[in-house]
Amino acid sequence: MDNLKRYHSVRLDKSRCKGCTNCLKHCPTEAIRVRNGRAHIIDERCIDCGECIRICDYHAKVAITDDISAIRGFPHAIALPAPSLYGQFKNLRSIGPVLEALKKIGFEEVFEVARGADIVSRAIHEKLRTPGLPRPLISSACPAVVRLIQVRFPDLLPHVVDVRQPMEVAAMIARQEFCKKHDCPPEDVGVFFITPCPAKMTAIRHPIGQEKSAVDGAISMMEIYGLLLPHISASSGKETQSDATYYGIRWAAGSGEASAVCPENSLAVDGIQNVIRVLEEIENNRLNDLQFFEGSACLCGCVGGPLAFENNYVAKRAIRKLSNTLSKVHPVDDVPASMMAKYPLYFDHPLEPNSVMKLDDNLVIAMQKMERMNEILNELPGYDCGSCGSPTCQTFAEDIVRGYFGEMDCIHKLRDQLKVMAQQMVELAQTKRDD
Amino acid sequence: MGAFIHAEYPVDSRDYTRAGEASADIKRKLKQLGVSSMVLRRVAVATYEVELNLVIHSMGGKLILDVDEKGVSLTSVDVGPGIPNIEMAMREGYSTADDEARAMGFGAGMGLPNMKRNADDFEIESEPGKGTRICMRFSLV
Repeated sequence: MDNLKRYHSVRLDKSRCKGCTNCLKHCPTEAIRVRNGRAHIIDERCIDCGECIRICDYHAKVAITDDISAIRGFPHAIALPAPSLYGQFKNLRSIGPVLEALKKIGFEEVFEVARGADIVSRAIHEKLRTPGLPRPLISSACPAVVRLIQVRFPDLLPHVVDVRQPMEVAAMIARQEFCKKHDCPPEDVGVFFITPCPAKMTAIRHPIGQEKSAVDGAISMMEIYGLLLPHISASSGKETQSDATYYGIRWAAGSGEASAVCPENSLAVDGIQNVIRVLEEIENNRLNDLQFFEGSACLCGCVGGPLAFENNYVAKRAIRKLSNTLSKVHPVDDVPASMMAKYPLYFDHPLEPNSVMKLDDNLVIAMQKMERMNEILNELPGYDCGSCGSPTCQTFAEDIVRGYFGEMDCIHKLRDQLKVMAQQMVELAQTKRDD
Repeated sequence: MGAFIHAEYPVDSRDYTRAGEASADIKRKLKQLGVSSMVLRRVAVATYEVELNLVIHSMGGKLILDVDEKGVSLTSVDVGPGIPNIEMAMREGYSTADDEARAMGFGAGMGLPNMKRNADDFEIESEPGKGTRICMRFSLV
């Protein structure tokens, strides 16, 4: 039922969970609780950033993506490789072999998301010249960051640029071009994103700023890596030419988007905790001289995704190196104006705040709950140890007033109570002997 | 059945390491109360400015948050040094921030004007040698 209500790619493998508190502490939206010795993810809060996947030593947090066999569900299948895929292979001199390898493993066509990125770059570049928009404009490319803003910074939603994700733009064009070329109906074509992260998978099921995704599924980079490897080393790369540009593939490795849309006055931040700190600054109006803000949930950007194989810094270097071999024509000059008018590039559904942090819809009741929360908090030791299963004493107090917890279940409070009881028992025992 | 929230945050002079913590907590509280995004943003800006003013200019003081059904009120009270000329201090671009504060990116002379602009009600009173009291209200109805 949860799947129907709110799909999440990030899941818990209960059989592997030891009930430790590592993930609790690292969740940026405080979406995890440990109950009865196992972690639980609060669906409404999870933003699919994948921090818990990275931190879990027992690999109990997993990302659900489509199996490669899903491509056989369509008469024709197109692969949409995220540019971060190119950073996964050592000594790659050109992109051609990767594209050929994708065809070898069963895709009929390959359309590079880097091309979508160039179109999005031009669209954002134009947005930055549209009067009346708040500053800084915030990138909508990282779905985890967009969800983070919906949950924790709803007041910053008007800053989020309403341009669709490169993956979506690429999928629209890929499908249309394929259908035209092969004269087939759109539903016969399955378009699959090769993803470095669970957030993109979720963004296909629950699109950001649009009703329905143009992408049919996502295949994990980790899964496809091994399949591609033998074909890449065997490929000459001469049969398939890459259309990607220097700017397009740099989107994969932090700051690529910012430097494509606004090199003169942008800020690119990677790592979700760093992104949170800068969003606080934006919220406080400390950065209103800034034009554009790019936040990536993962360190080094998409190459740092939880489903990427290669070390993020190594992959970032590979992307930079590869980008230098490609055309440096800027997207504003490279992407024809006709392309901009041909496809719907902007949101048709406004981003709504996610009000899960609210204690209650009614202000008076919310205030009463907050008062009660503060009373409980005053009773707690403030160790933020996580033993109770909530990440901090503050969230524990919040959980009690929200009804997630029936009663005070603080181990330190229990210990204090036991001390008093033990003392009373000793006293009781002594009085008996004196009689 | 009325309800209200009252919280006080001591703010130390020159304590840049903790600067912004009070306003971060106030923002968190208001988000939990479900204060609308429009109001939240205005309170966020004004709260941060007033907190930083306490850090940069005052000899120490406190921030007081009061929320009831009608609105959010924020009061800043400090123990000195006081503002000799409030009219001058309210001017955009006027600042008495020292080099240390300026080096940290403060002192643009927009603090008080920003507070006034963002609050529905803004009151300031000050006595040199005694201290300054700023009261801001944000309507929720």
